[in-house]
Amino acid sequence: MADLFAGIGTSHVPGIGAAVDKGMTQNDYWKPLFDGYEPAREWLAKEAPDVVIIVYNDHASAFSMELIPTFALGVAAEFQPADEGYGPRKVPTVQGHPELAWHLAESLILDEFDMTIVNEMPVDHGLTVPLSITCGQPEAWPFKVIPLCVNVIQYPQPTGNRCYQLGKAIRRAVDSFDRDLKVAIFGTGGMSHQLQGERAGLVNAEFDIAFLDDLTRNVDRLVNISHVEYMRESGSEGAELVMWMIMRGALDDDAKELYRHFHVPASNTAAGLIILENP
Amino acid sequence: MPLNKPYGDIPGTTIFDADMARKGFHLNQFCMSLMKASNRDRFKENERAYIDEWPMTAEQKQAVLDRDYNKMIAQGGNIYFLAKIFSSDGLSFQYAASTMTGVSEDDYKKMMLEGGRAPAGNLYLKEHESG
Repeated sequence: MADLFAGIGTSHVPGIGAAVDKGMTQNDYWKPLFDGYEPAREWLAKEAPDVVIIVYNDHASAFSMELIPTFALGVAAEFQPADEGYGPRKVPTVQGHPELAWHLAESLILDEFDMTIVNEMPVDHGLTVPLSITCGQPEAWPFKVIPLCVNVIQYPQPTGNRCYQLGKAIRRAVDSFDRDLKVAIFGTGGMSHQLQGERAGLVNAEFDIAFLDDLTRNVDRLVNISHVEYMRESGSEGAELVMWMIMRGALDDDAKELYRHFHVPASNTAAGLIILENP
Repeated sequence: MPLNKPYGDIPGTTIFDADMARKGFHLNQFCMSLMKASNRDRFKENERAYIDEWPMTAEQKQAVLDRDYNKMIAQGGNIYFLAKIFSSDGLSFQYAASTMTGVSEDDYKKMMLEGGRAPAGNLYLKEHESG
């Protein structure tokens, strides 16, 4: 049987990807951030999952205003890095896992989570930066990836509770997949940041650290954070943290924190990373 | 009956909701077109002519020509779409953010290095104005 054993929450700031691509991870600005990623890389390499479900958002790359799916599940065999205006990142093509992805789509829809099924889509920094953070610069990504793209750009985003419940449904779906596969899930985006308007640059470290704490101590509080609380307290783009709730929902209620890292700034953003593992 | 907007009292922040999406549809789709190199070239060659191909309001067009990002946002622009404009200009997110906050790029970078804009005084319109 497939086993969903752990989750990672991580920011997906494009500047982090650019720092990797341009070989700047050891300069004064980026080193403290990347040093904190090392233990997570070592842990993931040792655990060697077969498949990682990456919950992320598209940034006007694959989806424009033409089509705004709330939850879009990538079922393709491969996904190309998107051209975000500077040419595609020179990172490996992302290999999918169509068999598990289609199983997820069927299970989730029958479980009343009406996913949009995507057979073709480029994946932007929202998905490839978490890969760079957790894997560095390999010739090929060391696991298959199932992209789960969430709308967090057009208000209203799905609620934290809906995301958490979707995570639980993903867990049920993985549990019922009749193949020995080691599966992890990443929830990406956040932490506090605001990229627009006169309040751009907002960082609320207190909010972020309480969020990291309560992923294991008080999940009920996080599940009930409203849109307006996210936007007010953690910046208009801080509401991306609902994607971490999908990751959290897919884990056991008593999942343990193995590691965390928090650093300000990564460009305009407070960068956080946490590893949670089922007991 | 419209839904209420509990986010109306967050200072210096425009939430990209249904009203903004309706207002900004053509502006955002124009931005999206800049993802193609051939369109970027045409835009750079004659901004006015390229922009006139899009059914935007005169105010939206002027805000684009002026690179006034706060005005574009007020006219329904979404920052991830507007990013295509400053990317085409070869400018960074931090540069664009600094123009929106009315400080120099260096001052903005310094603020971020010092931990970012503090929440105190910046969460509610009321405290923001009195502060």
